[in-house]
Amino acid sequence: MLAKQVTVFIENREGRLCEVLEILKENDINVVGASIADTSDFGLFRMIVNEPQKACDALKAGGIMSKLTDIISVVVPHKAGSLEKVLKVINEAGINIEYMYGMSSQNSDAAIAIKTEDLEATQALLEKHKLTE
Amino acid sequence: MIWNEAKECMSRDEIESLQSARLVKAVNRVYHNVEYYRKKMQAKGLEPGDIRGIEDLHKLPFTTYEDLNATYPFGLAAVPKSELVRLQASSGTTGKPKIAVYTRRDIDIWSECAARCMTMAGITRDDIIQVGYGYGLFTGGLGAHYGAEHIGALVVPMSTGNTQKLVTMMVDCEVTAIACTPSYLLHVAETLRDQGLLDKIKLKVALCGAEPWTDNMRSQMEELLNIKAFDIYGLTEICGPGVATDCEYHKGLHIWEDHFLPEIIDPVTGEQIDSSEYGELVITTLTKEGMPLLRYRTKDLTSIDKTPCECGRTMARIQRFKGRSDDMLIIRGVNVFPSQVEAALLTIDGTTPHYMMVVDRKDNEDTLEVQVEVEERFFSDEIKELEALSNKIKATLKTAIGLNAKIKLVEPNGLVHSEGKTKHVTDNRKLYEK
Ligand SMILES: [Zn+2]
Repeated sequence: MLAKQVTVFIENREGRLCEVLEILKENDINVVGASIADTSDFGLFRMIVNEPQKACDALKAGGIMSKLTDIISVVVPHKAGSLEKVLKVINEAGINIEYMYGMSSQNSDAAIAIKTEDLEATQALLEKHKLTE
Repeated sequence: MIWNEAKECMSRDEIESLQSARLVKAVNRVYHNVEYYRKKMQAKGLEPGDIRGIEDLHKLPFTTYEDLNATYPFGLAAVPKSELVRLQASSGTTGKPKIAVYTRRDIDIWSECAARCMTMAGITRDDIIQVGYGYGLFTGGLGAHYGAEHIGALVVPMSTGNTQKLVTMMVDCEVTAIACTPSYLLHVAETLRDQGLLDKIKLKVALCGAEPWTDNMRSQMEELLNIKAFDIYGLTEICGPGVATDCEYHKGLHIWEDHFLPEIIDPVTGEQIDSSEYGELVITTLTKEGMPLLRYRTKDLTSIDKTPCECGRTMARIQRFKGRSDDMLIIRGVNVFPSQVEAALLTIDGTTPHYMMVVDRKDNEDTLEVQVEVEERFFSDEIKELEALSNKIKATLKTAIGLNAKIKLVEPNGLVHSEGKTKHVTDNRKLYEK
């Protein structure tokens, strides 16, 4: 299903990540998935949280710019081949994956957050293959 | 050695009467041939007859970059275009370059002045000189080239950009002299050292200019290369390298007063002050035909010493520069104004993001880092988009200022935004003597 991701631009300097997480903690926001992509100068801290808009507002109030973007979250059962199955479908449709990372799901299964070049098409594709809950 | 003893060693009285006579002629020429100057003089209620000698210099209007901009490209030319044989240019504050045009005689005088400078540095017809300034619109390459050729030295027109080739040829061709920026010479010296070639060179002398440098840098390069290093000053608007150079006594740069009339003004009030006091150097060209300039404000801060020099020359000496009265930076010999960077950033997305230029000198090479705040409109959740933004900024700046800058994207509000005029430059280099 489509979900909102919170992306934060952070300079590569000590303690910046902690400042971000501290603001989220103080605002009672739960982080259920996160990844960092970085270059030598800066990084992008991407998060799935329980209350995305509230997270953005809180970060803004704390002087940190963030942005909401759509991603697709897909549940992948704890068994061999379940992640491969999802990616294969997307790959065979010729859709590029921009990035992906793990996140927790509502139940005991795992989940992944995927950003592709065409989210709508990806979502439709996954529905067709009954890969969404 | 002195190239033109008759001129370089004239008595002060002779210098001043020659200057007066030439100033009167120059004022007449611009008044009658350059509408822009005629209007400027008329606005001050001046006629050519009001200028009877150098004592009347202070009455004349100034020429500034704004005047060059307003008359761009040929509005200050005092001869028909058919008489012009050369155009040179350097960067201006707002994108329009500063242009200077020359007649054949202007080029000859430029060569003569550069030849005097070369000779003052001890360069003769027996020398092999590498010119390591850029050849092109920048006056450095061609100016040094013409001067060296005029004295009959063997000129190796290296231009810039290939240190390895320069170093190899310096060794192979037994090069004895070099003309380049001081920071580049230090870079060359280190390259020679790293390749174990320091005792393979025949270099004796370096003529360095196009950017300010300190006595500390001089002793560094003299020691490392076992040479004598001299300072040469020039600016595109006047003629390029060859306006002034220091002699072996290093007590200021002898300025060729028979062609360039120097004065010192208070940069704030514009009042002429005693030239032995520090202020802004203002130059009036006395013999220029193509684009004569009245009281051109160089923005360089210095003072003038008119006492005789131990070398025998009587031409006044401008002292080490103490800085500039505007915000121009000289990075790797290239003139850069923060306003150019600002204008270039504006083209990225229609509004200027907050930015900071950080200039430093590492391993004797100037570095420029431009920090740009990633505002919401630039922001993406994808690294490749941000890298594309960074590359676009880099390419735009390269076109605008002619330099490769390192682009650093920083967090919004990551730069200090002060009230009113935001500081856009941090220069960590030590360029001027205290
Ligand atoms: Zn001298």
